[in-house]
Amino acid sequence: MMNFNFNAAELIFAMPELFLLSAISLILLFDLFVSQRLKQLTYYLSQLALLITGFLAFNLIGENAIIFSGTFVLDSLGSTFKVFILGFAIIALVYTRHYLKAHDLLRNEYFVLALMSILGMMVMVSGHSLLTLYLGLEIMSLSLYALIATARDRASAIEAALKYFVLGAIASGLLLYGMSMIYGISGSLDIAQISSFASASTLGSQQTLILNFGLVFLVIGVAFKLGAVPFHMWVPDVYQGSPTSVTMFLSTVPKIAAIALLIRLLIDGLGDLQHYWADLFMILAVLSIAVGSLVALTQSNIKRMLAYSTISHIGFVLLGFVTGVVDGYGAAVFYVLAYILMSLAAFGSIIVLNRKGFEADQISDFQGLSKHSPWFALIMLVVMLSMAGVPPFIGFYSKLFILQQVIAEGYVVIAITAVIFAVISAYYYLQIIKTMYFDDVDKEIVISAQLDMKVVLSINGILILVVGLMPSFWMELSVSLF
Amino acid sequence: MDSLLSILIWLPILGSGSVLLIGNNRSQLARWVSVGISVLVFILSINLFLDFDTSTASMQFVEKTSWISQFNIFYHLGVDGISMPLIILTTFSTILVIVAGWEVINNRVADYMAAFLMMEGLIIGVFSSMDAMLFYVFWEASLIPMLLIIGVWGGQNRVYASIKFFLYTFLGSVFMLVSLIYMYNLSGSFAISEMYALPLTMVQQSWIFWAFFLAFAVKVPMFPVHTWLPDAHVQAPTGGSVILAAIMLKMGGYGFFRFSLPITPDASSSFATVVIILSLIAIVYIGFVALVQKDMKKLIAYSSISHMGFVTLGVFALFSIMKMGSTGELVSISGASIESAYLGLEGAMIQMISHGFISAAMFLVVGVLYDRLHSRDISTYGGVVNSMPKFTGFAVLFAMANAGLPGTSGFVGEFMVILGALQANFWFAFLASMTLIIGAAYTLWMVKRVFWGTITNPDVSTLSDINSREFGILAILAIAVLWMGLYPQPVIEVMHASIVNLLEQALTTKLPVLL
Repeated sequence: MMNFNFNAAELIFAMPELFLLSAISLILLFDLFVSQRLKQLTYYLSQLALLITGFLAFNLIGENAIIFSGTFVLDSLGSTFKVFILGFAIIALVYTRHYLKAHDLLRNEYFVLALMSILGMMVMVSGHSLLTLYLGLEIMSLSLYALIATARDRASAIEAALKYFVLGAIASGLLLYGMSMIYGISGSLDIAQISSFASASTLGSQQTLILNFGLVFLVIGVAFKLGAVPFHMWVPDVYQGSPTSVTMFLSTVPKIAAIALLIRLLIDGLGDLQHYWADLFMILAVLSIAVGSLVALTQSNIKRMLAYSTISHIGFVLLGFVTGVVDGYGAAVFYVLAYILMSLAAFGSIIVLNRKGFEADQISDFQGLSKHSPWFALIMLVVMLSMAGVPPFIGFYSKLFILQQVIAEGYVVIAITAVIFAVISAYYYLQIIKTMYFDDVDKEIVISAQLDMKVVLSINGILILVVGLMPSFWMELSVSLF
Repeated sequence: MDSLLSILIWLPILGSGSVLLIGNNRSQLARWVSVGISVLVFILSINLFLDFDTSTASMQFVEKTSWISQFNIFYHLGVDGISMPLIILTTFSTILVIVAGWEVINNRVADYMAAFLMMEGLIIGVFSSMDAMLFYVFWEASLIPMLLIIGVWGGQNRVYASIKFFLYTFLGSVFMLVSLIYMYNLSGSFAISEMYALPLTMVQQSWIFWAFFLAFAVKVPMFPVHTWLPDAHVQAPTGGSVILAAIMLKMGGYGFFRFSLPITPDASSSFATVVIILSLIAIVYIGFVALVQKDMKKLIAYSSISHMGFVTLGVFALFSIMKMGSTGELVSISGASIESAYLGLEGAMIQMISHGFISAAMFLVVGVLYDRLHSRDISTYGGVVNSMPKFTGFAVLFAMANAGLPGTSGFVGEFMVILGALQANFWFAFLASMTLIIGAAYTLWMVKRVFWGTITNPDVSTLSDINSREFGILAILAIAVLWMGLYPQPVIEVMHASIVNLLEQALTTKLPVLL
């Protein structure tokens, strides 16, 4: 049975989470009591909190510890993931503020909820027990449901929130069911103990059966959260219905947490059943790549199109896990990080087009951008080509890394299938370029964004090129996490 | 200079960035900066020719630094006798297109110039990469400026043409990517020289050969994957057509020289007949297709496909001429001397360079007419000689070169390939030489309808003859065409050592030795 004892010295390893939680509480109180004039400080305080938390997490890189009676793990994977979550979240919040201002949605609960969901993600990343993982997942998800519904006068947002909530609850239920199976058969919630149970050679056929049964539900739960086909139905609707700032948030940072969930449960916990879940992942991956590439072709709403594009990117990520080798897992992590960098820039480019009373969410809203704002058109061009996997941008190297691992493990046919769909998906990325550069429509585009938004978006775009030209560091980092 | 190749690659790319910064509002400055950069790059590239050691087949001007250590990828540059002439062709053509777009392009001038400079740097990168992944990065990246050139400055149907161009070539290339990664997993290196040394079974070679073939055949383009080219050419602005025909198509031919033959020699040998038949179809059938075109650019596009057929024919004919004897010396199959195998390969190279000049000239000729009357239809014109005598002189010269008149560069390459093919098989040579009739027919018939005869369209009588800028461009090209036609020896000397080496590689089996 589990033995809970508390050691104050352990708290140091949970500093980032503790700090963020305190900061959230303080910001909430601050926001309640300050005058209207000072309320815009909340945004800056939130950013500051993220920055400091990121710094704390960065300082813990290299420390390894399992604390709180084995429920919370600190390792280089966890710390690095946290740094990336916080870094990407800072970028996301800069874009978010511009969007909220443009649409009079600027309420301070928004930032607090975002911080709360980030806290959930951090707990997930460090979860070393089924309970912690689930706790983190729910903190994250509940905050996200509420975030979508912040646009409470938009029917589409309410619909999206409800859809996400219902389907998210089903996914959580499935995950929980799988966890209960695993717990039932192994007798432990601790990932390390589950792992040693699963690797024991004395497992009877009954035990293996139940373990595999639980595993299937875990895989489904993770696939739901990641939005892999055939558990992707919620993705396009939620992406389209949510306010763009929330769509951006949904499509970026939580993916790191979901990947962490996958790694903790399936690699750390049930790594010995890799051959079993890899087969499931292969089907999910190929279907995701195919459906994501094909269905996106006909979309006219850019958020919906990017939703399908996300699905196909997730397919590539899952391919990395199919390989079952450390380099393959590293390739998957590299892909996720590259994807988030691109996705942030893509949504940033949509958000920068938003202005008072104008909601940009159609592909046609990009018409004439190359004339009115050549710089932001160039950034969107880079993002789209990068997503299509054209060198020398980061999206190419992430695909290269995955394909190299997939081919090394002998799945040449899968690799060929994947590249064919990559070519098909290039078509809809080219549609955006076509809309920006080739269409001869003179539409008025006003970029009303403030300097911070413009600077961050520019840096984000340039990073896609720079990391593409020098991908070594990120690649090595990704592999070193395992 | 130790880093000459790097300078040749990065000077235009960085220059392109600075031209973008100048902006479309200061178009005159953008024009002058662009032409300055392109001339500077051309002058620097002449150093490649002057300092080139013709006695060796090994790589020269080599630069090597680690790039992506994770994958053992190096920033590894170098040139040999096959790539060096193509680099100079690139720097030469870029000046032409930048000057040719001088007054014609008034919409987003800086962007236009920047796109061509970017393209120049990337294509030089393609021709000088000694690392397969570096090669692939340049190869794919060069699609981006071309996509924009066709899409932004193209004609009515530009969107269709540009996206078709991009997807066609992208689809071809990804298979090459898969096979490059496959070989990396076998050898642990993306170095092209490592891939030459890598033993491969026949099955592996066949798959890799066809993957490469898709990538390169689309680019050349060969029948039946040529359909993107007429669309792209017709819609592209004149400068885009020139670069497309003069350089981008050569990337495909270069790929056969650099990758297909040395990496998959046994598969190349066993599938040579298929490639030769496709080349002959391109030469003869596409020639007939060119005959019926009403649009001048389309006619020249089809004529390009037909002429590029000689390149692939010359390359793959060698397998019917020579083979490797049991003791490791080259043995003739049909009693011909080894010279005829060289003739085929060198003819293919000469044909690529000559086609670079001639097709550039032909597209510029059409461009001159299009700038004046905004029509590419042959039927719009007639009797142009009456109002544009100087221009007609050039046009007829280039048309003759396109038809393969002796004394022009068009003759040399085709004649060498036909001579080589004659040693391989009489019928190859017979069908290939049909082009001398068909090519003359479609080119001269076009000349007759456009330039001679009486003026039927009143607009034609008001045409003004070429100005000094156009005269300069066409004159330089005319000199190049005649020089290559009368004295191709320097170019052949430059490539000879590399061709000898390539022939040996192509005929040395890579099949693992069975014990």
